[in-house]
Amino acid sequence: MTTTASHLPDILKRHDAQLLKDWVKEQLSVSRPEVTSESTLREHAHRFLGLLRDAVQSGDLSDVTGSAWAGVREMLDELSHARAASGSTPSETATFVLSLKQPLFARLRQEVGRDADALADEVWRVTLLLDKLALYTTEVYLKGREELIHRQQYEMLELSTPVVQLWDGVLALPLIGTLDSARTQVVMESLLHRIVETGAAIAIIDITGVPTVDTLVAQHLLKTVAAARLMGADCIISGIRPQIAQTIVHLGVELSSVITKATLADAFKIALQKTGATIGKGAGH
Amino acid sequence: MESIPILRTSEFLLVTIQVDMHDRLAMALQEDLTDQIVRYHSRGVLIDISSLEVVDSFIGRMIGNIAAMSRVLDAETVVVGMRPAVAITLVELGLSLPGVRTALNVDKGMDLLRTSLHGTPNGGS
Repeated sequence: MTTTASHLPDILKRHDAQLLKDWVKEQLSVSRPEVTSESTLREHAHRFLGLLRDAVQSGDLSDVTGSAWAGVREMLDELSHARAASGSTPSETATFVLSLKQPLFARLRQEVGRDADALADEVWRVTLLLDKLALYTTEVYLKGREELIHRQQYEMLELSTPVVQLWDGVLALPLIGTLDSARTQVVMESLLHRIVETGAAIAIIDITGVPTVDTLVAQHLLKTVAAARLMGADCIISGIRPQIAQTIVHLGVELSSVITKATLADAFKIALQKTGATIGKGAGH
Repeated sequence: MESIPILRTSEFLLVTIQVDMHDRLAMALQEDLTDQIVRYHSRGVLIDISSLEVVDSFIGRMIGNIAAMSRVLDAETVVVGMRPAVAITLVELGLSLPGVRTALNVDKGMDLLRTSLHGTPNGGS
């Protein structure tokens, strides 16, 4: 791309102050004042121009992934995160970089104005460069978003699989939502760890909150039951709704190896019986 | 050659697996254990695998085999102390050890054996 030496490093060096002033003015005209204040904008612009100047002098204009551009990339990372946190849209963040075009092009025209070919070359080069940097801010923004989504997904997994202790040696696992393999894994792990912690002999898996039970979900349930059994705990499956009972039979799912109960209360009664505890109304009744 | 120690408590045999199992060791264990069950007229065997961190289908099968052999000699086998990760692995491997009794720790395993032999967890006559 760089057939002749670009005027860009030279311009950035000589017209530093003027560029900054024009650029900030340009940005203030398009940005919402409630999102970024003028002082932070000016500070960001100043830092970016400084880093850009250094990078342009030492690095290749057509490749912003090189080591010479590390400083600029780092600054854009930071800027993109800060802007995302303060509620800017990705296009507003990209505009931060793109709005540098106008003041820069004006300077370029002054410098190489007489030669139309050279001017077109310069403009093209600078456009490519700034576009790449603007795209980079968007990429960073998206990456941040994706990380957030992943983290939330994980937190939801953790939140939606509580293991509660009902009685000495009796655990309950109220399942809510569909059971896929990833969730089964988390459910299984948390149940088994709680069994170790509490020394529970019985675990009640309540599926009242599971909307549908197909063969896959049933298989996941049976896996969990088998794993708990290997740890020395018996499982009771409760909360089976009439429709689900019908579906299970129609699908031919074999649940006969597990104790099943219609409600959590029934399951709890059996669990108490098995652990040798009794619970009843007081003598006053 | 290294071997897995078999401890004799008052009425049961206790096997603690602490090293990586391989074929020869497993064969030796099966031989030792069956010998001892016969010699001491043991009615129960506890296999403690609490220090086992890695299992494969081979170990799963071996445990199943030991349980089956003991049953033939009228001794009940209880596998105790399985770690959560090990339990999940065995289930994923499709080895849920049917016919093997399990307990959380050695204490509970002893209670289980006593209950099934005497009807109470406290020994009895």
